[in-house]
Amino acid sequence: MKPFDYIRADSTTHATRAAGQGANFIAGGTNLLDLMKLEVMAPHKLVDINRLDLHQITEVDGGLRIGALVSNSDLAADMTVRKQYPVLSEALLAGASGQLRNKATTGGNLLQRTRCYYFYDTAMPCNKREPGTGCQAMEGATRLHAILGTSDACIASHPSDMAVAMRLLDAVVEIESAGGAVRSVPLSEFYRLPGQTPHIETVLEPSDLIIAVTLPAPAKGAQTYRKVRDRASYAFAMVSVAARVQMDEGTITDAALAFGGIGSQPWRNPAVEKALIGQKPSPELFAKAADILLADAKPQKDNAFKVPLTRRTLIATLKELCGKDAA
Amino acid sequence: MKTSLTINGTEHQLDADSRTTLLDALRNHLDLTGTKKGCDHGQCGACTLIVNGRRINSCLSLACMHDGDEITTIEGLGQPGNLSDLQDAFVKHDGFQCGYCTPGQICSATAMLQEVKDGWPSHVSADLTGDVDLTNAEISERMSGNLCRCAAYPNIVDAIRETAEGRK
Amino acid sequence: MNAHLKMDKPDDRNRLDDMAQGLLGTAMDRPEGPLKVTGTATYAHEAHQPGMLHGVLVRATIARGTLDGVEAAAVEKMPGVRKVMWGDKFLRNPAQGTANKAPVQGSSEIYYIGQPVALVVADSFEAARHGAQSLELRMTAGTAVPDAKADGVAVERPEKKQSSMGDLKAAMQDAAFTVDQRYTTPGHNSAPMEPHSAIAWWDGDQLTLHASNQMLKYNVNEVADSLGIDPENVHLLAPYVGGGFGSKLGISPDAVAAALAAKELGVPVSVMLTRQQVFENVMRRSETAQDFQLAADKDGVLRGIGHTARVSQLPDESFAEPVTQATPFLYKGENRETHMEIVRVNQTCAGSVRAPGEAVGLTALEIAMDELAVATGIDPVELRKRNIPDRSPGEDKPFSSHKLAEALDDGAAIFGWADRKKGATDGEWLIGYGMSSAARVNMIGESHARVTLNPDGTLLIETDMTDIGTGTYAILTQIAGEMLGVPQDRIETRLGDSKLPKSAGSGGSWGASSAGSSVYMACEKLRQTIAAKLNCDEGDLTLKDGTATFANKQTPLTDLVGDAPMVVEGAIEPGKTQKDFRQATFGSFFCEVGVNSVTGEVRLRRMHGSFAAGRILNAKTARSQCLGGMTFGIGMALTEELIQDTRDGHLVNHDLAEYHIPVNADVPQLSVNFIAERDPYANPMQAKGIGELGICGAGAAIINAIYDATGVRVRDLPATMDKILPGLPDV
Repeated sequence: MKPFDYIRADSTTHATRAAGQGANFIAGGTNLLDLMKLEVMAPHKLVDINRLDLHQITEVDGGLRIGALVSNSDLAADMTVRKQYPVLSEALLAGASGQLRNKATTGGNLLQRTRCYYFYDTAMPCNKREPGTGCQAMEGATRLHAILGTSDACIASHPSDMAVAMRLLDAVVEIESAGGAVRSVPLSEFYRLPGQTPHIETVLEPSDLIIAVTLPAPAKGAQTYRKVRDRASYAFAMVSVAARVQMDEGTITDAALAFGGIGSQPWRNPAVEKALIGQKPSPELFAKAADILLADAKPQKDNAFKVPLTRRTLIATLKELCGKDAA
Repeated sequence: MKTSLTINGTEHQLDADSRTTLLDALRNHLDLTGTKKGCDHGQCGACTLIVNGRRINSCLSLACMHDGDEITTIEGLGQPGNLSDLQDAFVKHDGFQCGYCTPGQICSATAMLQEVKDGWPSHVSADLTGDVDLTNAEISERMSGNLCRCAAYPNIVDAIRETAEGRK
Repeated sequence: MNAHLKMDKPDDRNRLDDMAQGLLGTAMDRPEGPLKVTGTATYAHEAHQPGMLHGVLVRATIARGTLDGVEAAAVEKMPGVRKVMWGDKFLRNPAQGTANKAPVQGSSEIYYIGQPVALVVADSFEAARHGAQSLELRMTAGTAVPDAKADGVAVERPEKKQSSMGDLKAAMQDAAFTVDQRYTTPGHNSAPMEPHSAIAWWDGDQLTLHASNQMLKYNVNEVADSLGIDPENVHLLAPYVGGGFGSKLGISPDAVAAALAAKELGVPVSVMLTRQQVFENVMRRSETAQDFQLAADKDGVLRGIGHTARVSQLPDESFAEPVTQATPFLYKGENRETHMEIVRVNQTCAGSVRAPGEAVGLTALEIAMDELAVATGIDPVELRKRNIPDRSPGEDKPFSSHKLAEALDDGAAIFGWADRKKGATDGEWLIGYGMSSAARVNMIGESHARVTLNPDGTLLIETDMTDIGTGTYAILTQIAGEMLGVPQDRIETRLGDSKLPKSAGSGGSWGASSAGSSVYMACEKLRQTIAAKLNCDEGDLTLKDGTATFANKQTPLTDLVGDAPMVVEGAIEPGKTQKDFRQATFGSFFCEVGVNSVTGEVRLRRMHGSFAAGRILNAKTARSQCLGGMTFGIGMALTEELIQDTRDGHLVNHDLAEYHIPVNADVPQLSVNFIAERDPYANPMQAKGIGELGICGAGAAIINAIYDATGVRVRDLPATMDKILPGLPDV
């Protein structure tokens, strides 16, 4: 870990002013310190935002405004979230461990870095860690890697569970910039595809601070989060599916689907949902949805199984949410 | 970096490199070696302790971030001759073998039982909004952030369940 | 006084059964338990010394080549950094178990990625770590063999590791049923929770070293030889060891690096391996490729067994995972071939990981046996029972004691094997049942212990033996308490100090029976001394709760000891009973798994093990050892796999996030039962090792249950979902 200046921010204005190129905000620190110890990340300055007043969950316009510093534990345990946005509670509880959830924050979780083995090893070339050095994962060990949204420069997957549920729920990220301007960015526009610049993962500028995540009023329909992983607990998703389906008299009237473990970012494809809406559930329909989702999948040697695994998990999840009508 | 930490009820003044984690502050600066380093990356839970009532991995937190915090380590839960209920149950049920993950397990379990009391659901809870029935599966899931390579898991579950039932 | 026994003859007197204290064999709590649950037991990196500096090792980043130099000056200028060191004495490889001399040393030749080649010492851990991360190495790359499985790799077939009997080829041709399959297992890491660590300081030419080691008598010599000093000048301390599982049998790079730095700088120095370094530096279990040929007659009785195993290892290392170790004695068959093949590869040193040999070899055999059960239609328990030999068929030796049949029946009854339902489901989950045999060779090593009976009636037991979680503090206390009639609270057991009498150490499941027998021998001598004072035969003496009873006369022990403590050093060494008899422990595993019909995820629902390991010394700690072994088996079956990049051999998943040892939720409430057994050939306690039996074959029971649930036969471990998915029905 490289030496850094440590500054404890006492206001968001102070925080954004203190930040900038080469600096990092630190909240929970569960991923940042992990990476700093390995010198995968090496900020010259840490701006500690833990004392900022961003710990509240408040109901706003029928929706929910979640302060950026609300811990994963508190968010999962919030009764409104449990009742109105159960997919979010489920996703949070499927992630990491009790200890990590107590530290990890809402804002920080959105910015979780990939678990790519080569990104984590500073002896290995990695375009995400050191732009232009190449991607060692491509011909290497790729069990953890993405099959959607990758590029020839990077095949890393986004590891978050929470962000998958947030993507499903049409979350909007509130960002304060240096100077105090606040803007809202839908999560659908928050992440960037790797392309030739996999080191740039989001639309955030160096001084930008996530201050909250807002959820619109809960949408109708049944919600679920299904995570498939190698261990029964405390393991990253091979595939995860966040789903919401609304049925009316045997017809799917609304549907939303988001995926983890397979995308370079928390993955959502509107075409999949469009194919379902207005249709009667059937095995053929579900298979068609899976076809659309996986049409552009680019699996590697070790993660080719994610294609059938995603297909099967998606179909089973849809079956469950559509209930008996799916038979 | 000057930091004031209240550890097990006693205030400590720490003046260490800002890179010092809470774990290394305890072990290398304050001679509190009960909290263990197993992986240093939040992957094993051996360094678990309780900050302001919540269990965390002390390896993934900088000491300077905890200025003014109330910290409970294994040394604060009980001592030989004056064990906490959980510590006592761990001895009785052989909830450890080598003992290295044990302080983390016990700190984790201590705080976990409070989470259950507070009605927090888990990944295996059948109902997100109902009461928590502390089954073996619930204990196992909630304790899965604490690895034990000796694999005393069944005994850890027994020790925790007995302690929880005894408190009812 | 001394009492020494060479185990040339069986001891079937079962003297411990005659004792009166009622302590041995009970589920006594570990005496050190209160220290462990309060964080007051001190592990290697906790003997902090005033002025202690911190060292962090630096890894090589090429698979083969030379280290031509390091940019030390730049790092030594960094704040807090005191010294950058490298050189001929740094360990290239960790020491193998019982090496008793220096392992391969030297920074200048690089043999694998992750090899520790330099040390950065600083005032603080933080400064040392950053210094280590900043140190530039000047390396010249050579030609590496990174992939043991590549086409055309050179294969060694050591003459001593090949054996043939009868005509297997003909047996296969004549057989009513055959199995002819390849099974592969990946590399494994011991992953003890305590990373290998050391604190070293010097007083003149005297080195004091707190280290995490399993076998101090050997480790002292390994340290001394590595440093080029007299073993007499090394004081090694390891009172508590945070797990070993083989990885701490021999010394590791941290210990020598700490000693070298402490000498150079004249102050105490600590070195703790990072978790990534534990994976990269300290012993992997080799991956294996195992070809099994089973030839059975129409009744399922084996007429032939072929087992060819290929493993990998670094050049300059003689250890090869003894994959075929149990094959010669477990099952019948007069036609036999066992062969070992070794590929030299530039990867982390291969060495002992819990139950080297049987852990993977027996697991593959037990999957093959399940395939034979399927082929013959014979119940897998019955099939195994039909194949239990009277003598070790591959070695032509009698068994010392053999309880496999009993363990199979006992396990089947407790588990309810007969009541299992074929084709059961639970929602999305396909339920399956599987079983396997357990077996592990048994042995002792020379071991010494000193037992002191004090005038106040208290007992002191001293040996350099370690307790790595195995229960040594408990069982030595119990053995002495039982023999001498002293209650637990009046007994102190001191371990893990190289100045104490030399034991066999912890490893190969021999610790309890070796160290325990030395304590037994000392206590037997003390009993004789006490009996002499009472003018009676030792056999007529009853010792209980601090009182000696003979002919209805009770005498307090304190009256018999006198003013000076009675001190005896006991010793045991292996003899003819070890050479001339096949000593082994046996057992059985039964389990129920659920396989998710959508995703192929496997979750263990229930598992039972019945084990026969001679006299059980502590019911609680022995059970815990079995739980631990079985859980290693769960990991082996389902999740554990070292992944090496085939291009450079580097270990890709070198941490606990991606090398998946089982977590609590992976392990149901396992059950364990012990079969009553006294093995008179093992030692005077008739006890055998229990530390490894629980892993030997456990994984096979799970793999066999997966087959039962799904019809998918996994022959390439672990059984991750990707291997099961293709065989599952459509969703």
